[in-house]
Amino acid sequence: MKLPLNFIIGAILTTIFLCMALLSLVWTPYDVTALEIADKFQAPNIDHWFGTDHFGRDVFSMIMIGARNAVMVSLVAVGIGMLFGVPLGLYAAAARMNGGNLIDEILMRGNDLIFAFPSLLMAIMITAVFGPGAINAIIAIGIFNIPVFARMTRGGALGLWSREYIMAARVCGKGSMRISFEHILPNIANILIVQATIQFSIAIIAEASLSYVGLGTQPPDPSLGRMLNEAQTMIFFAPWLAFVPGGAIVTMVLGLNLMGDGLRDILDPKLRQRKAREMEASNAAS
Amino acid sequence: MGHYILKRLLSLVLTLLVATVVIFVMIEVVPGDPAAYMMGLSGSTEATEALRSELGLNMGAWDRYISWITGMIKGDFGTSYTYRVPVSDLITDRTLVSVPLTIYALILSTIIAIPVGVISASRRGGFLDTLLMGAAQVGVAIPNFWFAILMVLFFSTSLRWFSAGGFPGWDAGFLECLKALTLPAISLALPQAAILARVMRSSVLEVMNEDYIRTARAKGLSKGQALMRHGLRNALIPVLTILGLQFSFLLAGGIIIESIFSLPGLGRLVFQSIAQRDLIVVKSIVTLLVLAVVVITFVVDLLYAAVDPRLREGKRM
Amino acid sequence: MRIILCSVFMFFLFPLNIWADGINVGLQLEPPNLDPTSGAAAAIDEVVYGNIFEGLVRIDQNGEVIPGLALFWELSSDGKSYIFHLAEGVRFHDGTDFTADDVRFSFDRARAANSTNAKKYIFAPIANIDIFDDYTIMITLDRAHPDFLFNIGLGDAVIVASESAATNAINPIGTGPFRFKRWVRGDRIELIKNNTYWGAQARLDWATFKIITDPLSAYTAMMAGDIDTFPNYPAPENLFLFDRDPAFEVVVGLTAGETILATNNKKTPFDNILVRKAIAHAINRKELIDGAMFGNAQAIGTHFAPNHPDYVDLTALYPYDLNKARGYLREAGFPNGFKASLKLPPPIYARRTGELVANQLSRVGIHLEIENMEWAQWIDQVLRNRNYDLTVVSHVEPMDINIYANPNYYFGYDNADFQKIISDIDKNGNAAGRAALYKEAQRKIAEDAVNGFLFQLGKYGVWKRGVKGMWRNYPIRSNDLRDVYIEDNG
Repeated sequence: MKLPLNFIIGAILTTIFLCMALLSLVWTPYDVTALEIADKFQAPNIDHWFGTDHFGRDVFSMIMIGARNAVMVSLVAVGIGMLFGVPLGLYAAAARMNGGNLIDEILMRGNDLIFAFPSLLMAIMITAVFGPGAINAIIAIGIFNIPVFARMTRGGALGLWSREYIMAARVCGKGSMRISFEHILPNIANILIVQATIQFSIAIIAEASLSYVGLGTQPPDPSLGRMLNEAQTMIFFAPWLAFVPGGAIVTMVLGLNLMGDGLRDILDPKLRQRKAREMEASNAAS
Repeated sequence: MGHYILKRLLSLVLTLLVATVVIFVMIEVVPGDPAAYMMGLSGSTEATEALRSELGLNMGAWDRYISWITGMIKGDFGTSYTYRVPVSDLITDRTLVSVPLTIYALILSTIIAIPVGVISASRRGGFLDTLLMGAAQVGVAIPNFWFAILMVLFFSTSLRWFSAGGFPGWDAGFLECLKALTLPAISLALPQAAILARVMRSSVLEVMNEDYIRTARAKGLSKGQALMRHGLRNALIPVLTILGLQFSFLLAGGIIIESIFSLPGLGRLVFQSIAQRDLIVVKSIVTLLVLAVVVITFVVDLLYAAVDPRLREGKRM
Repeated sequence: MRIILCSVFMFFLFPLNIWADGINVGLQLEPPNLDPTSGAAAAIDEVVYGNIFEGLVRIDQNGEVIPGLALFWELSSDGKSYIFHLAEGVRFHDGTDFTADDVRFSFDRARAANSTNAKKYIFAPIANIDIFDDYTIMITLDRAHPDFLFNIGLGDAVIVASESAATNAINPIGTGPFRFKRWVRGDRIELIKNNTYWGAQARLDWATFKIITDPLSAYTAMMAGDIDTFPNYPAPENLFLFDRDPAFEVVVGLTAGETILATNNKKTPFDNILVRKAIAHAINRKELIDGAMFGNAQAIGTHFAPNHPDYVDLTALYPYDLNKARGYLREAGFPNGFKASLKLPPPIYARRTGELVANQLSRVGIHLEIENMEWAQWIDQVLRNRNYDLTVVSHVEPMDINIYANPNYYFGYDNADFQKIISDIDKNGNAAGRAALYKEAQRKIAEDAVNGFLFQLGKYGVWKRGVKGMWRNYPIRSNDLRDVYIEDNG
């Protein structure tokens, strides 16, 4: 099978970042917790590929760890979204199919309610309550992922419930939850995986925004968003401090999006156009 | 149809009511006392206490909720703790910056996205399509605040075409204001344009497969003519839905952009109010933003229902 | 169409001419309101002090007390009673006359039970206010308070009129050389010259304070000429860019802000002086100043402004010496160090200094977990509930060493010897005696290593060359613009 080009490019970019992130667990070129003021503001050179910042830290090492933090926050946040969203969606669909319209209605209105809240603002409020930090950033981003997956799962599941093999399963006396997990979930896994890729890339931008306003990962742990914020006033004499972390975010997100697109083509070519549009719609609302 | 509207309206009111409770509870649990904040490092307990009672912070939670809700229904949002002016005045001033900024950004993103989407679709698989869609992919991946910083660096610092921030106020003239809003609007518009262009492209592709286009082509119209005469309008429907979503997203999502450009908009007001614990402002603005989203969704749903009667049965995407 | 496009383009290219007899002043934080007698925000004074509102006395840029609405005064021999002789023919901006009644009203309002004055303690010593005539007023204190005169020069003690006091927050009415024109919230505050000012007229026709929250915008706004002067430029790392540009002048002065590593003296292990001494030896002030302030700050060894005549340089008391620090830690029973938290408020100096301090202390095994917080949280946790180990903050109040005498203050420093020194200062009317006592007080807190004493926060003035008369220092947070003018460069 020939893999689409966008998938290949996306997978390569994503793999590079994942490897860098994993590598940073055991090794970085320099120790980013040791501040050496004497080394500050070095332009990119042989020793420091991406230069050094105002505390003399190696920007390349910071990018590695920053990427790791971004990946971790996003992964867990999307995980939360799926963990709660998918069962909710399955449950709502099953309820509707078994006459529980009210339950479905309440769940979906609840979804709309979360959607209606401005996400960045709510994240800021959440961190105002619990204090800034990676975990609270995860919660804030995760909450807004729940309705995305719930809605998508419900939509997919509703379409499947009228299929013959589901009918057959019902006739055999299988309970609706069992049907949901045994027959429906495997059949909508494709679209969920594709959506997860997209949500992952959105979460990375969200994490960067939160850290940019100082609410994400806390120092001395580097984060890409905070690096950008700190670079702002130094951009006139140390432009690499703004270009490098920004470039890293863009490449990471680009890689994930390309991979998501490619994945969509591979998993279900028919889905391509219709689903593409629905996903864009949910992107726009995130 | 009347029954449907009534049902939707009821659920809208319920949603809003639940939203106000959620917002109120969140505000209640936010630690930090507005009065202590205003008194700073040297304020005495006595003066802080006097300020608390002056601001009405010593009332019970339930009383405050009721007075807040009844006040809002009457159009009275209370008085800002820090600014000491009616919250409604603050919100009006800020809305007059944020709404035009959002509209400006949406116009820009539409102007860019629709031609890009159409061209890309008509050259499907070609070099131009690959190039444009590649650019759109990059556009989606750029965080708007980073883009804003780069724009300031380039247009304000190097070229000095635009001032880097501030808003002169509408009495300073329309063009002056437009100028002040241009860089922020571009920063907001770029990622949205990229998303929109992708939607436009797939929407056009889908329409091109419809029977009536084939019929039109069979009658001898070229691809472009068929699209322009028959297809474009249909292809625009999903784009409009997304524009609706983007409007509410941008209205609240401009926080960082407004800060970078020192624009006195709603987002910056609410951000600053959270930091200063001017909670009376925060809860009113968040409520209004939720209201905006809910109402826009409601209107979009109604429009859809008008177009497609099947949707009235309650099946939503 | 083309012509329209062109003209739109031209419009973007050429900014409007700036009217030369006014000034645009950059301000990083917007004041919450414009009433300096309620609330503590420094940003209020930065706009209104000396410009819109005046007190009986004024504080000049060197921190000296000079005549204000009181042209001169007499102090009784027991140091308790002041007779102020007020300027005649002074009018508030709304046209009402200024008399001794306004002084009494202002002071009574500030010390009333329901007063929301953040510095109510200034007025606490007042026992009696007697009006002799419209322009002579006697204020009697419960005992001699040598600081009283300086204190009533602060923004919290400006004279307001009974007719307008309630609305000063949004429409300030004072007696100053500028009057309030309008406030576009979130963007700017406009003042215009008060043509009926009682004293020497301001030299500017107007002054606009522009609120520029973002340090990136601050730089571009200066460069683009949107701002004529930034009295306290928010990004010290950029100063050298202005310094090398002939169009600008950079004037680094001092604020009254002692930046300290505040320490919870009541909490273990910081209640142990050996631990505090270890921390003092582990701090490298030069590195902090270079790293966090880009060289633009002055090291301090105690809680006192280095430009004050009574200042004692105690920076050598606990020099940077990791071996000594480790020695003290061993002696205190922490040979391997310990863990603690470092809570940091939002200002950039605090965040940067905090990160560096954490790094420095880790060299002797003290591992600090940084917690960044908003001011509201900081005030709640650190200042009010003393739920903290260490924090970095700048104390911007002038002459505030007396806070160490308050055992309930968040430092938790309860030392009878020090409290006696401060109460002696309070009672002592003799200048030389007070100076000696102030020096003793400085030594005492430095020796006890109550807090880590880091550096005095600088005031980073940046203005266009030709702007004259801006304050160099911030003894108090004020941008008094009465003497400011723009030199004609031809």
